[in-house]
Amino acid sequence: MQKKFDAIVVGAGPAGSTAALLLARSGLNVVLFERGEYAGAKNMFGGILYPRGNLDRLLPDFRKAAPLERCVTWQLITLLTPDAALSLDFKDDGFAQPPYNGFTLLRSKFDRWYAQKAQEAGALLIPETVVDDLLWDNHRVIGIKARRDEGEIYGDVVVVADGVNSLLARKAQLRKDFSAAQFSVAVKELLTLPSATIEGRFNLKKDEGVANLFIGSFTEGIPGGGFLYTNKASLSLGLVVSLKGLQEKKISVVELLESFKKHPKIKELIKDATLKEYSGHMIPEGGLSMVPRLYGGGILLTGDATGLVCSTGITLEGMNFAIASGVAAAETVKEAKGRGDYSQKSLAHYQSRLEESFVLQDLRHFRRAPDFLANPRLYQIYPEVACKLARRFFQVDGQPKKKLLHLVREETKGKVSLWQLVRDGIQAIRAML
Amino acid sequence: MNIEDKLYQTRFNLDTISHIEVDIRVCENCPDKPCLYVCPVQNYKLKDGKLSFEWSSCIECGACRVACEWGAVAWNYPRGGFGVSLRYG
Repeated sequence: MQKKFDAIVVGAGPAGSTAALLLARSGLNVVLFERGEYAGAKNMFGGILYPRGNLDRLLPDFRKAAPLERCVTWQLITLLTPDAALSLDFKDDGFAQPPYNGFTLLRSKFDRWYAQKAQEAGALLIPETVVDDLLWDNHRVIGIKARRDEGEIYGDVVVVADGVNSLLARKAQLRKDFSAAQFSVAVKELLTLPSATIEGRFNLKKDEGVANLFIGSFTEGIPGGGFLYTNKASLSLGLVVSLKGLQEKKISVVELLESFKKHPKIKELIKDATLKEYSGHMIPEGGLSMVPRLYGGGILLTGDATGLVCSTGITLEGMNFAIASGVAAAETVKEAKGRGDYSQKSLAHYQSRLEESFVLQDLRHFRRAPDFLANPRLYQIYPEVACKLARRFFQVDGQPKKKLLHLVREETKGKVSLWQLVRDGIQAIRAML
Repeated sequence: MNIEDKLYQTRFNLDTISHIEVDIRVCENCPDKPCLYVCPVQNYKLKDGKLSFEWSSCIECGACRVACEWGAVAWNYPRGGFGVSLRYG
């Protein structure tokens, strides 16, 4: 096997496959390592891929060619209490037309297809191979050590795309070890349901889908929420909750998922659906403060390995951030090759590329979101208050009516002080608006 | 449905060796045992007050690695091609 490449990419997920695809297209000799049996074997999500500005530029025919599930035209954020639900409900048929907005998909299928695209462009994809370590010459990375015989492989640059647990990012000392406060753990059930049933139940056109997020007391005050996405002939149902929150409340994430599923509203949405796969994953949710140095001599970090996930509560974006970071990494490497210089100074353009793109700009704009989203009142109190207010708003009980602000004061009494309400409102505005 | 039943459908290529080692002597001094709560497949359990760890249904999420502040969890990826192998994701 060839021992020296222009570029080594570790991890054939969205970030790694993007970098490998672009570098191969530029004529570089690229090897793409993947520890799973195939690309996608180790990846899951409950989410939406937003292809605009990244995937649609790399692969303009992706709508027909990629194994996508449904085009999301309907999005809801539901505040859920034991006996009521209040939703922000948005439907836009325009999202089903080019340039589209977002798609649900199944990661195992998609990532496998996407890595194959990198292969078709000329990247050498080597699955079933863990990369355990980096090789160094002074302070420069010059290759990797794969967990196999004669596993030393050399490259001018190593693009690290090995996911949320990135052990390589730590070995490169680009990343300190993270704390539980910066992660959420996600658990997911893939439930099959005939597509006609899905379309009937959710009132969807063929190929169109719904994405529903849920927050409420069902997470027992632990920051996080539930999700339900429609795929072609299945539902992705799950929870994403703060690791630190689980530790503090001493509640098992497994039990939380079970109680979520038993909620009458959820029960009716997943009725008759059959569990076909149970999985879990971690999500980096620390935002900008979590992002380490992104490059060094001969090395670039991309995707979840850097914590580049934007979680504002309303939108959750990881895959498009990963793809964009892969694009920026590939462009930086191409430029560095032109100069024949892979030093830290030369690769610093990676940082500026990300700062010019939505990747670092969004993380910067929403850098207060993680703290805001960690506010337990968002989960334990406000959904309940909102639903009670809605009930009083819609209920006609023969009594003289009270105006809204009066109702707010009545329903928040004893649960949250006016002062706290104002402070939370200010925090929300600063974080999100 | 309990977790064992749920995992029945998840595909694994089981290795003969564990990719995670837990030093349960360290766990004896741990007051909080966060591993019991964060693991999506409940591989960490208390049996007669002692911590027990079962690795074969590990889905490699890394939650235990981050949650354990006592250094009891020696976490690594399984050998290439082994471990969980998702069909849907």
